[in-house]
Amino acid sequence: MTIAEKQQDIIDEFALFDDWMEKYEYIIDLGKDLPAIDPSKKTDDRLIEGCQSRVWLDAEITDGKMMFTADSDAIITKGIIGLLIRVMNNETPENVATLDLHFIRDIGLQEHLSPTRSNGLVSMVKRMKLEAVKHMMHE
Amino acid sequence: MTEGQKKPFIVREVREEFPALRQQVYGKNLIYFDNGATSQKPQVVLDAINKYYSKDNANIHRGVHYMSQKATTEFEEARKIIQKYIHARKSEEIIFTKGTTDGINLVANSFGELLSAGDEILISAMEHHSNIVPWQMLCQRKQLVLRVAPINKKGELIIEEFDKLLTKKTKLVAVTHISNTLGTINPVQELVQKAHAVGAKILVDGAQSIQHMPIDVKDMDCDFFVFSSHKVFGPTGIGVLYGKEDLLDRMPPYQGGGDMISRVTFERTTYNELPHKFEAGTPHIAGGICLGEAIKFLSGLDIDAIQSHERELAHYAQDMLDTFEGMRIIGEAKKKTSVVSFIMDGIHPFDLGTLLDKQGIAVRTGHHCTQPLMDFYGIPGTVRASFAFYNTRQEIDTFIEAVERSIQLLK
Repeated sequence: MTIAEKQQDIIDEFALFDDWMEKYEYIIDLGKDLPAIDPSKKTDDRLIEGCQSRVWLDAEITDGKMMFTADSDAIITKGIIGLLIRVMNNETPENVATLDLHFIRDIGLQEHLSPTRSNGLVSMVKRMKLEAVKHMMHE
Repeated sequence: MTEGQKKPFIVREVREEFPALRQQVYGKNLIYFDNGATSQKPQVVLDAINKYYSKDNANIHRGVHYMSQKATTEFEEARKIIQKYIHARKSEEIIFTKGTTDGINLVANSFGELLSAGDEILISAMEHHSNIVPWQMLCQRKQLVLRVAPINKKGELIIEEFDKLLTKKTKLVAVTHISNTLGTINPVQELVQKAHAVGAKILVDGAQSIQHMPIDVKDMDCDFFVFSSHKVFGPTGIGVLYGKEDLLDRMPPYQGGGDMISRVTFERTTYNELPHKFEAGTPHIAGGICLGEAIKFLSGLDIDAIQSHERELAHYAQDMLDTFEGMRIIGEAKKKTSVVSFIMDGIHPFDLGTLLDKQGIAVRTGHHCTQPLMDFYGIPGTVRASFAFYNTRQEIDTFIEAVERSIQLLK
């Protein structure tokens, strides 16, 4: 599946919901289902301190593809992390670094990725892209 | 209506004065419970802003022309309205600032100049960052010592500990009148007496009190009192520092520029008199005038009725919240204003706040600019509902239903 298809998939899923609470119910479920980060990786250097919630992010590369795992103390933040990871995992560093995450806008969650919303997610996306760029430079 | 006689307080009627309350967010009627962060504005204030910029806009204190004089008169009139409202002796004691933070920084920088190495400043553990950081910066600059009076788990200042920290070395006490996070009302009158007994001056942060209770700085006898216009139904970007005249006279200017001078040569500048000495540059003229309008509006309301209405709202909300299992109210001081801060076991405040928002309810979540206080309670933040007189019991019922629905989703 291409990145464009992955984003479209999410947009289609969210189109099914009638109201905001349904959307958030789904995001909360995604948050609850987010694969756990290896506890040994919940270290301070992987911590992104937001004003509202905290995020831990680990990035690895396997067979030339980026693999992210992450966690947060807030479940909605975790749910959105789940969506981000779904789009960005298994992609080449080039793809991740140049990615336009338009699906977030399209499903109406842009407020969570606005620079004024300090839930750690803006910094997390930045960190994900930075990790990708780091791997591009190593190659 | 003669002075002293006020319109009976009817919440339904007073709500009509606030256009921002009549709107929908996410398809729901807005419930605005973030009054601790900022208050909504009554129509008279909105009209005054419009009138100022459409008719009276001119720079003050310098023009000989009609509009400039009119603007100057209105701006100075606003100063007098504020003076009267907080019972300052003279209008010269009312300094217009950008807000509470600016007022505290003014005192830290100007009064701070009069202090010397080893002097101490005493604050409380429940202060907003804006009543911590300016003092830390001052202490660093002048080698002063910052002392912090602790609080108990209910969120009350421990007076015996305060007494121990208050010594002859203490030159300034800076305390909040009401905690923005906990709602605790501090016994400022008692603290003023204690501070004065050791020869210290005292600054009272009134950001959270001015909109909830009558303020009488003469009676309180504090040396400085600061507040923001936007929390008391006026515009943002303007606030007030009250200071005792003799003290303000002794303090050096904070910022240099126009308006604060009496005579400038390249060799030497003499400064203007109070209050202009502390008001460099063109002030927020519209802001000052409209703050005056907001204060006039507030003066027209029955403050006793407002206080009992707000108290009732807070008690009702707290009682209803207490029925949830795993609910923890943060801030249970005996004397409290209409702020209810809470957390739920196993639920992050950010999650609860986000879901409440989507149900049309504006609350504040996070550390409320009181990180040391969050550390004290060992929590990442709280959800804070802070009420104003225009809030209703019905709104609290809707809020409680929304909290219940959110908890169901999050558990």
